[in-house]
Amino acid sequence: MKAAVVGATRGMGRALARLMAERGDSLCLLGRDAAELEAAARDLLTRGARGPVATARLDLAEPAGFAAALDAADRALADFDTLVVTAGDFASQEALERDPARLERLLDVNFTATAVLCQQAAERLAKRGGGTICAFSSVAGDRARRSNYLYGASKAGLSAFLEGLHLAYADRGVRVVCVRPGFVKTAMTAGLPVPPFAGEPDAVARVVLRAVDRGTPVVYAPPMWRWVMLAIRLLPRAVMRRVRF
Amino acid sequence: MGELRSAGLSLEPVAGWGRHPVERGAVARPERLLLPPDGRPVLPRGLGRSYGDAAVPAAPGSLVLETVRADRVVAFDHERGTLTCEAGLSLAEILRVFLPRGWFPPVTPGTKFVTVGGCVACDVHGKNHHRDGSFGRFVDRLVLQVADGSVVECGPARERELFLATVGGMGLTGLITEVTLRLQPVESAWMVVESEPVPGLGAMLDGLRDAGKDWPYTVGWFDCLARGAALGRGILIRGRHASRAEAPAGPPPEPRRLAVPLDAPEWLLSPVLMRGFNAAYYWKHAWWKHAWWKHAWWKHGWGSHARRTRGAGRPVPYHGFFYPLDAIDSWNRLYGRRGFLQYQCVVPRAAGAPAVAELLERVVEAGTASFLAVIKDCGPESDAYLSFPLEGTTLALDLPYRGPRTEALVHELNATVIAAGGRVYLAKDAVTRAEDFTRMVPRLAEWRKVRDRWDPEHRFRSAQSVRLLGDAP
Repeated sequence: MKAAVVGATRGMGRALARLMAERGDSLCLLGRDAAELEAAARDLLTRGARGPVATARLDLAEPAGFAAALDAADRALADFDTLVVTAGDFASQEALERDPARLERLLDVNFTATAVLCQQAAERLAKRGGGTICAFSSVAGDRARRSNYLYGASKAGLSAFLEGLHLAYADRGVRVVCVRPGFVKTAMTAGLPVPPFAGEPDAVARVVLRAVDRGTPVVYAPPMWRWVMLAIRLLPRAVMRRVRF
Repeated sequence: MGELRSAGLSLEPVAGWGRHPVERGAVARPERLLLPPDGRPVLPRGLGRSYGDAAVPAAPGSLVLETVRADRVVAFDHERGTLTCEAGLSLAEILRVFLPRGWFPPVTPGTKFVTVGGCVACDVHGKNHHRDGSFGRFVDRLVLQVADGSVVECGPARERELFLATVGGMGLTGLITEVTLRLQPVESAWMVVESEPVPGLGAMLDGLRDAGKDWPYTVGWFDCLARGAALGRGILIRGRHASRAEAPAGPPPEPRRLAVPLDAPEWLLSPVLMRGFNAAYYWKHAWWKHAWWKHAWWKHGWGSHARRTRGAGRPVPYHGFFYPLDAIDSWNRLYGRRGFLQYQCVVPRAAGAPAVAELLERVVEAGTASFLAVIKDCGPESDAYLSFPLEGTTLALDLPYRGPRTEALVHELNATVIAAGGRVYLAKDAVTRAEDFTRMVPRLAEWRKVRDRWDPEHRFRSAQSVRLLGDAP
């Protein structure tokens, strides 16, 4: 596999990139912080990535730079066949309610920028016969809840986009994997109360990698969250109003 | 709480592996190790496998900086086996990544779920101490963020004092962020292991010394509830890495993992049951030695290493030899809700068998120890000021925590250790008195000087440093 990865420096992206490195995939890391990208690249190379592990600048807040970043990945990997986007923005509901600029930034990064990036990459892959797009949405996008609907809405939009992308590009050989992690213990969720069925990044990464290999359109990780969210989606709105979660 | 959460901290109970004592701490688990700029007290912590209060916060709600997410490999020299990594990388991960390439940790404690930073801070030792010394001997370079926020590199030849104070310094000299260490080359992931029952303490001590001449790894398990003539009876185990020719083809099977889902009830640890368990363990080995069908059963399971006898065994997986207890998740729950103390001391060789016998007799008299205890002979001590091992005999045993009764036993044992010129292991200590500790560690004053130079306010502190060193909580 020749994968361009956005978000490999942290959390689930780091765990996923390590699994890919250990089985000898070729990687190009895309991100904002050059020093962090370099540190991640060294780590992945030592763990077995088919070297060299390239890095290139990509800031999800600057969609104008996406084409150049994808070009860089193409050059480094002699045309990547997989794009993985684990990066995203997160803030508590409180912070987002309080600060409209913060909310705008989160919605931009999680939905607009990710959709623009994936759309461009899908077109690129389709033109050369196919490939895989894997992007991290969230179970928070499956059902709006009063306690995190702002973040949830950004992910609901992304999930809808990824479903459409799958349908639109299936005939052109592009597989689309929408990852919906439940609560995963990472630095992003540090300080939040840990709910039941919380996952570890390594276990999540294993589930995701299998889905990427198989081209599974929607994957919940840990898998238990598929059933948790099924139950939550079935709750009538009147019930959702009464339960405070 | 809101403030804590927005800073990515969670207020949670923090304890050592012995689950006594417990204190609430504001726990941060960052991916990049960085001290908060405000100068507040901080306790660096790895995977929490030290038993006592070394990684327990000094005061309720104080900051605990867990390093486990800072676990990147920075560089690896494939020729020499020199590994540079962030402090949160675990030995388990090192084994997973580097053992298939023929590299093994130079020194490993009885669990692989420890961070490299923790190994440095405790200057851990292993079954090869008599030959190779402790962990710090294989460390070429450390990067620390010290109390004033500056980043300092140190090593055996650079900022040597800080290096010697940090190795075995229990994280009290600065936040270890990066470590360069030398792995050892091995030809396989398998071990050639021999074991034999020994009837008493004298035979055990002699056996350990003899075995140490030829074997890189030696250890004894003994029944710390056996009395009289059986005092110190146990199993002597020796091992070495199997050569390529001796090892079976392919890597060893992954160990089966069990878990202890609940805190065990206290009657499980009643003296009668424990005595029965320990005696059964001994007699099984003594009898097993002559059983012709012993190699046909449970070939790779937990404890299988101990069933091999002299020269007869097939190689066993490394994890069964080094990490038998890692096969059981949360085994510390077996000691019930009140937790346990692990007591480990070392007495110099000059004190000889009588000192070891006296310690064993006290333990037997108290009748509260449980399961099996470990005995091992150590090689020469390290230059690091607070490093635990010294040339002599070390004993380690579990004591279910029963309040003042258990603490009194530790103080009694400490008195014997002090009289013999020995000391206790800080990674396992939770109750030793400050005055006793001072008498055990002749180089403590030197260490304090170095610490005071780098951290005059004692920003790095723990419940243990409050107890033993007089730090403000």
